[in-house]
Amino acid sequence: MKWIVAGLLCVATHAIAADARRSGFDDMSPQVQAMQRDDAVNPGMLWVQEGAAMWGRECARCHGDAATSMRGVAARYPSFDTATQRPVTLAQRLAAHQRTTPLAPESDALLSLESFVALQSRGLPIAPPDDPRLRPYRERGEQLFRRRMGQLDFSCAQCHDDHAGQRLGGSTIPQAHPTGYPQYRLEWQAMASLQRRLRNCMNGVRAEPFAYGAPEFTELELYLATRAAGMRLEAPAVRP
Amino acid sequence: MARALITMPATAKRGDVVEIRTLIAHPMETGYRAGEDGAIQPRNLIRRFTCHYDDVLVFSADLFPAVAANPFIAFSTLATASGTLRFTWTGDKGFTQTETASLAVT
Amino acid sequence: MKRRELIGAALGLAGAVWVRDAAANAGELAAAIKQFAAGAPVTEGRVEFDIAPLVENGNTVPITVRVQSAMSEAEHVKAIAIFNESNPQRDVANFYLGPRAGRATVATRIRLATSQQLVAVAKMSDGSCWSKTVDVLVTLAACVEP
Repeated sequence: MKWIVAGLLCVATHAIAADARRSGFDDMSPQVQAMQRDDAVNPGMLWVQEGAAMWGRECARCHGDAATSMRGVAARYPSFDTATQRPVTLAQRLAAHQRTTPLAPESDALLSLESFVALQSRGLPIAPPDDPRLRPYRERGEQLFRRRMGQLDFSCAQCHDDHAGQRLGGSTIPQAHPTGYPQYRLEWQAMASLQRRLRNCMNGVRAEPFAYGAPEFTELELYLATRAAGMRLEAPAVRP
Repeated sequence: MARALITMPATAKRGDVVEIRTLIAHPMETGYRAGEDGAIQPRNLIRRFTCHYDDVLVFSADLFPAVAANPFIAFSTLATASGTLRFTWTGDKGFTQTETASLAVT
Repeated sequence: MKRRELIGAALGLAGAVWVRDAAANAGELAAAIKQFAAGAPVTEGRVEFDIAPLVENGNTVPITVRVQSAMSEAEHVKAIAIFNESNPQRDVANFYLGPRAGRATVATRIRLATSQQLVAVAKMSDGSCWSKTVDVLVTLAACVEP
């Protein structure tokens, strides 16, 4: 009995207490924070601007003013898609919606539209749906988060739960909450999705990254959104 | 046409110093980077930025590979009279783009 | 811990731009400044160079340069040039101002291949040149592309 209690306590202390959660924004230097805060200097706004133009051309006729119709939408993904009977990310939803040829993953067009839609949820709490159909996928996502991977044999949890706030090389290890995707990462000198970032993480532990659109990524995204539930969406975010 | 973002006030009083911030989408490929295949990616840069205020050059810049991708340039100009500001970026591969903004000066 | 750092360093080096010999760089930096100054002596002063002392990612580093000047017809900044010590080439950007600028402040975002010295040089309407030198530590991002 003692061991079970000790084990439970161990698990509890390794996860991050709800009030101790920090966005990656808080771990950045003031200079990069300033780059994100001001829409006049935020490079992500170039994609938002393109997304706004696309919205006007392609979406407004059904969805009207995005500030109204898309408010809170990005914060509620991944959600359950009745057509495919699977969870979908916002990117997957936007890529195929009302198109005969879906927008390609990580394409400028898709990232622009996604950035513009995400902007409409700026400041709103991340709120993945409390849909029982999502549970098995969320649980698989959590298992992936805790699974050791790669040559370095690290799990996401080991860095981002256990060692968040400590340093890896010159960088502070963030808690890894998806608070600002799509995001302008200085390392990419471009805008990209959470899945690109997750592929970088997997490369970091010398694991073969999952392919874009892999079900594992959707499951991970779903778990990460739940883990970050209640944190404010910052869109578009800038990160080193 | 690359996406460009100009942020500046629409109105100013005569003699005010008007702050102008510009952003333009461009990879600013340095010519020093190797691609995934190991070959050096060819240089592709914006080389020059100019700002004309009613056709008078009021600010310009020469950019080199050390300027970051999606170049950001912030500068200022004196509000003299109501008119049009014309921003032009030119560079490799025949790149040229112009954006304009109106300034009402009272 | 050590293995992680080694792999991180190796990954960083693979992506980093070729960094040249320090002595050669210092000589070239001095030459570049001298050429911009066109014979005028360069004095440290009157120039503020805002940059983070510790940079998280050398790909995009915000900088602001301010020069004390009335920016009048009689006395103004004609140009501000930024030079670096250890990138593949010394030039970063040159900005051309004049009395219509109103204020001698420019901002941009630059690339730094490695930790190094940077110099901002301002050329005044009377031909005099003023400068500010800064030292910047550049760190690498963790967990990057293959």
